[in-house]
Formats: sequence, structure tokens, C-alpha cells
Amino acid sequence: MTTTHVEPGHEPGAERTRRAERTPRRPRPSSTLTPASGLGLGVAMIWFSLLVLIPLCAVIITASQGGWAAFWTTITNDQTSHAIRLTVFSAVIVTLVNIVMGTMIAWVLVRDRFPGKAALEVLIDIPFALPTIVAGLVLLSLYGQDSPLGIEVANTPASVVLAFLFVTLPFVVRMVQPVLEELEGDVEEAAASLGAGKFTIFRRIILPSLTPAIAAGAALSFARGVSEYGSLVLLSGNLPFSTEVTSVRMLSSIENDNIPAAASVATVLLAISLAVIVVLDLIQRRVASRG
Amino acid sequence: MAETQTLVQAQPPAPPQGGAAPPRRRPSRRRKGPLAYLLRVVVIAYLFFLVAWPLALVATNTFDDGFASLEGIFDDPDVVTALQLTAVCAVIAVVINTVFGVGMSLLLVRYEFPGKRALSALVDLPLSVSPVVVGLALVLVYGGRGDWFGPTLESFGIQVIYANLGIIMATAFVALPLVIREVVPVLHEIGTEQEQAARSLGANAVQTFWRITLPAIKWAVVYGVVLSLARSLGEFGAVKVVSGNVLGETRTATLVVEEKYLNFDQAGAYAVAFLLAMVSVACIVVVALIRPKHDER
Repeated sequence: MTTTHVEPGHEPGAERTRRAERTPRRPRPSSTLTPASGLGLGVAMIWFSLLVLIPLCAVIITASQGGWAAFWTTITNDQTSHAIRLTVFSAVIVTLVNIVMGTMIAWVLVRDRFPGKAALEVLIDIPFALPTIVAGLVLLSLYGQDSPLGIEVANTPASVVLAFLFVTLPFVVRMVQPVLEELEGDVEEAAASLGAGKFTIFRRIILPSLTPAIAAGAALSFARGVSEYGSLVLLSGNLPFSTEVTSVRMLSSIENDNIPAAASVATVLLAISLAVIVVLDLIQRRVASRG
Repeated sequence: MAETQTLVQAQPPAPPQGGAAPPRRRPSRRRKGPLAYLLRVVVIAYLFFLVAWPLALVATNTFDDGFASLEGIFDDPDVVTALQLTAVCAVIAVVINTVFGVGMSLLLVRYEFPGKRALSALVDLPLSVSPVVVGLALVLVYGGRGDWFGPTLESFGIQVIYANLGIIMATAFVALPLVIREVVPVLHEIGTEQEQAARSLGANAVQTFWRITLPAIKWAVVYGVVLSLARSLGEFGAVKVVSGNVLGETRTATLVVEEKYLNFDQAGAYAVAFLLAMVSVACIVVVALIRPKHDER
């Protein structure tokens, strides 16, 4: 689910360890590697480079081989740019929905108590573990052709939003939940005793502490949405100019043996992923320096 | 992931001093207003329509005609081969990722070296890269027609793309950060005091790792492994690009689901999907069962 380590505010036990790490601002040696751990780092880096770094660089190099003009023509091609716009637009909508719904779900899971809550906890994690192709099939069974609900979104742009909503469900919830659990009730009680209403307490006291976690969750769900592929294959119908998303567009380029075009689109997606990683890193650092 | 780390951190609140102080009231025990009920209903309805009902429909669709469709897929040798292939590749990828993940976590937490911050951010990259990009990247570098390592490897008789090795690499790529994301916060949390004590009493690095560090992080490792396994078994996009989807050879279970559905074999598609869904639900339930133990530590 969530992947970033947003340090929740104050835990009695952790305080000691963390302060011990931070306060004596001694200049750290640039490297504390022993020969054995240096060897380990070397082996790990070779594997990481072979598996991740070199292949991703190869994508960017392949995209740049045709020059800037070719790259620009490829990604501004009518069909491709429509796919990119649809993907980004849907991911933005989904991220906004997740910010609201994710925070609400986390709130209910932490602050409310009712029978069956444990089942909700399991439900939240399912979209993360479910194979994406199965996720598509799952959604198709309720929102597809013979929908028992009478709502048919398959093969419409709404199906893209639906699939994104499903696969990104856990991100905001799982980022916000631990932070909410760590919040002390005292401040809220103090605010209430001073006459603050529920909404004021939420807006002035709770929301500010949750913002970094919500932002991190939103960034993750945006990144996941933009890069989603599997759940859309069966659900969206992949109609050009209507429901075709970036990943699907890229795959059809690969299948048509147009590797440079696929690499160009992949570079755009990679740039978005990298931007998200940088944003997450900044959020983490801001939280850590404040904590 | 963040939640495991908090579970580990969340220690019981300090006992009230002197015994006179009232036990701390959890906010959830407060009297609930209508707003709380409204929120509860909205959340349950959202999850019901988005996850629970669709998931239940897959189960009912699978058992529409009893166990016939489930038995049908086990009679199909191609499907059985696909399931075996998926299981084998996922297990190998998980083993690689566990070793790499624990090692990388130790390096990132216990040592200082130039470029550490960049590495720590890059390790997360596979989670936000589109599976199709992953597949494309591997094909470019290891494909026999590329101009990178592919032709050289093939001249040694090693085929990566359109073979099992490619499937394993794609699977390892997409699940790469999961173990690290679990283990790093716990390593931060346990500190180095015990390890230093062990070292000062004469334990060597290997003994310290097996006797002190590993027992302390074992639940985080198990959690990461279960998540990686779920993710690896279900990988679709990247595998689709690198595997070549050869029937009975490199077609994995998730590819079978797509193939069967597109060929109007809905019963077969639902049956395989049901199996895969069961495995991932089982993984999630295992994780949910592990959590409390984790907390009591």
C-alpha cells in the first residue's frame, strides 16, 4: 500500500532513539562502509543497475535517438496526446476523490468502532494485492454489460476513472491512518473546551497534522493512476480517442514494432514518476525536520 | 507499509503517574453524533460498491454452474502449466527481492556512503513506473534485437526476453521496493544498541545479524515477503511485454485470464481470476493476522 515513511508526530518510545540520532549534529564521516558491507553495496548496486537503472536509461536513450523534433511529434500525435490527456485528467480526478474519501475512510477506521470494522481493514488492502487484470474483471462483473446495478460504464471514459479509483484506494488511507492513530486527543479536547466546534477542530487542529500524509498518499495515487495498465485492458475497451490511456497506447506501439514511439511515451511517464518521487522525498524531509 | 512501522512504534501509552490520573479516554469512546454515523455509512457504502460487491460477483460467477468451471481449468494442461510457471517465477522473484531487500535496507540504515539519499529515493521508483514501461525497458536492454546486452547474452545461449528469465526479471522489478519499505522503518526503530552490545561481547557480523538483527525485523520481513508474493503472482503488464505470451511456455496465469476473456471463455476467465483473487485475499488475511503479534512485541 503506502510506501513512504512519513514519521508520525510523537511516540514516547521512538523519541529517544530518534533524538539520539539527530541532536549531536556532529559532521558525519562521508562513508562508514566496512570492506564487507562495501562489497555488499557493490553487489546490490550491480543488480539494481542491471534490473532497474540501465533498462530505464535505455528507454530515455532510445527516445532521444530520434532527436527532439521526433520526440515532440510522437507525443503530440493526436491519438497519443489524447491518451496522455485522458490519463492525466482521470488521475487528477481520482486523486481528488481519494484525498476526500481516503481521509474519511482513515477517519472512520481510527475513530469509529462498530462490528465488522476488521473486514473493512481487509477490503482496503485487497486492491493492492489483487492482480490488476483480475481487478478489471472484478469491476466488469458489477459495472459491465449485464450489470446487476444497471450502471454500465465499461467502454466509456468513466471506466478509466472507476479502474483508477479501485487500484489507488489504499494509498491515502494507509498514509493517513497511522498519523491519525498517533494524534493525541488532548489538544482536541482543549480546543473543544475552549468552545471550538467540530469543524473548527478538524480544520485547525487535525487537518494540519494530516496534510503531509495526505499529500504523500495523493502523490502515490496520482503516480499509480497515471501508470495503470492491467485493470483497464478488459474494462475500458481501449477505444482510440475515447478510452485509450497512455499505457495502452504504449503497448500498441510496442506490438506494432514502433519501439521509438513507445520509448517516447514511456519517457513522459517516467518523467511523471520521477517528479512524484522527488515530491515524496521533499514531503518526507519536511516532516522529518519538523518532527 | 507505513502502518507496520507505526504498529511497531506504537508502544502502550505511559502509565498514568501516581495512579490518580484517570485512564486516557480514547476519542472513539466518545458519544457519537449523527455525523459519525453519516461518515460510517458513506465509507461502508463506498467500499461495498467499489470492492466488496464486485469481488463477491467474481465468486458467484465462478460457481454459477457448481465446481465445473474450476475443475475445467485444472483439466486444461495449458492452464496448469501457466499456474506452475506463475508460481515458480513468483517464488524465485520473491527470494531474490527478499535477499536484496534485507541487504539494501541494512546498507541504507546502518551505513553512510555518498549517494545514499539518491539511492534511497530511486529504490522506490519501481512502484510508480508503469508496468508497460518496465516491460519495454527490459526488452530494449535484454531483447535479442536490441543494441545493448541482448545479442551478447544470446550468443552465449542465454535468452532473457520471451523466456522465463525475462518473466522473473519483470516480476522482481515491479516488487522490488516492497521488502525494503517494510524493513527500513523497523531497522530505524530498533536502533543499534543491542547490535553494539553483541559486537562488544565478541559476536562477529554474521552472528550479530542472525541472532540480533534478523529476529528483531522478522515480522517486517514476513510482511514484505507476503506483499511481494501477492504482487509477483499478479503481475500482468510487464510480463505481457517480456514474455511473448507463448501458449504452454511463457504464458502466466494473469495472461490466461485475459486470453480466455477475450476468446469469450468467460467461465474459464472467471475461474482463473477467482483462483488468483483467492491467493491475494489469503495473503492480505495472513498479513492482517500477523499484525497483532507484531504489535505485542
